[in-house]
Amino acid sequence: MALAQARIDLTEARIAALELPHGANWANEARHTALTRLRAMGLPTARDEYWKYTKPAELTVVDAPKAALFDPGADRRVFEDIDRLKIVFLDGVFDAAQSDDLSLEGLEISRLSDVLKTDIHWAMDLYGHLETHGQDPVARPLAALNTAFATDGIVIRATGRVSKPVSLIYLHQSETSDAVLHHLIRVEEGAEMTLLEQGPAAARFNKCIEVDLALTARFHHICAQGRDHARRAVTHSFVRVAEAAQYKSFTLTCNGVLTRNEHVIDIVGDNAVAHVAGAALGDGKRAEFHHDDTVFVTHRGEDCESRQVFKKVLRNGASGVFQGKILVTPSAQKTDGYQISQALLLDDDSTFLAKPELEIYADDVKCSHGSTTGAIDEEALFYLRSRGVDHSSATDLLVLAFLAEAIDEIEDDTLRADILLQLELWLARRRG
Amino acid sequence: MLTIKNLHAELEEEGKQILKGVDLSVEAGKVHAIMGPNGSGKSTLSYVLSGRDGYSVTDGSATLLGADILHMEPQERAAAGLFLAFQYPVEIPGVGNMTFLRTALNSQRKLRGEDEVSAAEFLKLVREKAKTLKIDAEMLKRPVNVGFSGGEKKRNEILQMAMLEPKMCILDETDSGLDVDAMKLVSDGVNALRDAGRGFLLITHYQRLLDHIKPDVVHIMSDGRIIKTGGPELALEVEKNGYADLLAEVA
Repeated sequence: MALAQARIDLTEARIAALELPHGANWANEARHTALTRLRAMGLPTARDEYWKYTKPAELTVVDAPKAALFDPGADRRVFEDIDRLKIVFLDGVFDAAQSDDLSLEGLEISRLSDVLKTDIHWAMDLYGHLETHGQDPVARPLAALNTAFATDGIVIRATGRVSKPVSLIYLHQSETSDAVLHHLIRVEEGAEMTLLEQGPAAARFNKCIEVDLALTARFHHICAQGRDHARRAVTHSFVRVAEAAQYKSFTLTCNGVLTRNEHVIDIVGDNAVAHVAGAALGDGKRAEFHHDDTVFVTHRGEDCESRQVFKKVLRNGASGVFQGKILVTPSAQKTDGYQISQALLLDDDSTFLAKPELEIYADDVKCSHGSTTGAIDEEALFYLRSRGVDHSSATDLLVLAFLAEAIDEIEDDTLRADILLQLELWLARRRG
Repeated sequence: MLTIKNLHAELEEEGKQILKGVDLSVEAGKVHAIMGPNGSGKSTLSYVLSGRDGYSVTDGSATLLGADILHMEPQERAAAGLFLAFQYPVEIPGVGNMTFLRTALNSQRKLRGEDEVSAAEFLKLVREKAKTLKIDAEMLKRPVNVGFSGGEKKRNEILQMAMLEPKMCILDETDSGLDVDAMKLVSDGVNALRDAGRGFLLITHYQRLLDHIKPDVVHIMSDGRIIKTGGPELALEVEKNGYADLLAEVA
């Protein structure tokens, strides 16, 4: 079907404003095919079914909307007590001076911009490949745009058990920065690693990460999207999970005018596990808050387990969206799929829209999904208050209780405690 | 301790008058019991005193140690020394019992301008009190009242009371849903808290609880008023003859 002229114009205007980086032949080819994909799909508009609940205009417009800088002052930073390998990006550009040495036993770490200039590299079989695969059955044009125009990122290959997490720290110092980052992760057979991400990256941020997990590989991903109010972000995680491999991801989002996090997970081997979770807290008082979690899990292997656990706490006109799908192909017998999306609305002004979907073509599977939207439990609130807890502290306690199922998806005790502490601090700052 | 004068209250939504002039005074060191038929306003009285939403006081007063409690927030009433043991303790999934107890204790202390209790002190205190109520470590770890049996929930209420050391305790049908053994445990817990500085108001349907917790004064409530006050023998009379005779007497 031919694209409408408005969509072509929108897409071409955006493309014209970007520069196609030049690198090794394979990289140039990957970028050109991505550009072709992008042109064929066109950038998303509010008329698209997949963008029905989140307006994409600010993500597709040529110039990034200006984002006021946010100063967290002396507040505690997430993961600050965690021993980790730090890799810093300043407005989307790798900052060697602020980063640690990119070496750690069991890991090969390179900068994407270097890798894409290298004639032969393992990453040539990954860059844009999972993204391409993830374009079917639902188009994700902003991810194709990312593959075509990404300027920086990190490329990691894990070959053993890694002693500490790799931590990507995004700093944002320009009100108009518009970053396109692309990361590649390959975890080899039997290897295990943890990736941490923190910060808003830029005024506008388009991030794509492709994660390829080999046989029995394990990957833990914990992302805290920063406290900046004015930033816009679209992120895509494309994940391929081989036999007996495990993928576990958790994202914390507090603040942010616009966030769209897409997870596209393809479970290709048997006995594999994929968990993806998120907690989003939105308070529309200082700035608008709109958060969208869009998840697509495809089961191809037998005896695999997937979980989607997404919780949102919204107030003062904040809005949340969940679009989650479990697709079980005919080969994926004994699938155990679980999906829950819940929102706690702390007032009448906030909204939550959910579109949970199951599509099952195998006959011996267990899949459950649920979605709820509710207010705070008045009975529990009174019970707490009758024991001496003030209204806002009691509310916070119930908010944390509500989020617990998502937070509990973080396997590592120390990291879970770290995220929980950040949440408590965020809530405390909003107390009366 | 607790002085209630001519208290009138109605259900906000329906505008229905439930309390129609309650007069009651509980002295420090005493145990008062309120008995009465269903719908006489006993539980409403406990809700109005503890500050639950949905009721409005249309007349009268209630003071705790001279302080007007009706204009306080529920948490301020708690900090002032009021405690309500719920008829149906609320389940709070996701909030651990220990967290709940510690938050409550420290919140009250903060409201009173006292220092918070340290984690170590708290742990020692809660273990000691839990032991006498036969509440094991597992129950303390679980989310508040979630999956607790009826008896466990009521024991948990008494544990909270023991930890918070209120001045005035209102127990709303604490005996409902308890078997004989649980009744004894709960009663022992309450009796252990009886002292010269603390007042109790027991709301109950049955004499049975009063065999275990001996009241000093018994009130009979009907249609939103205290219609008769007497000694423990009044409870025995109710048990024997029911409420009908008493109601006829005052009619």
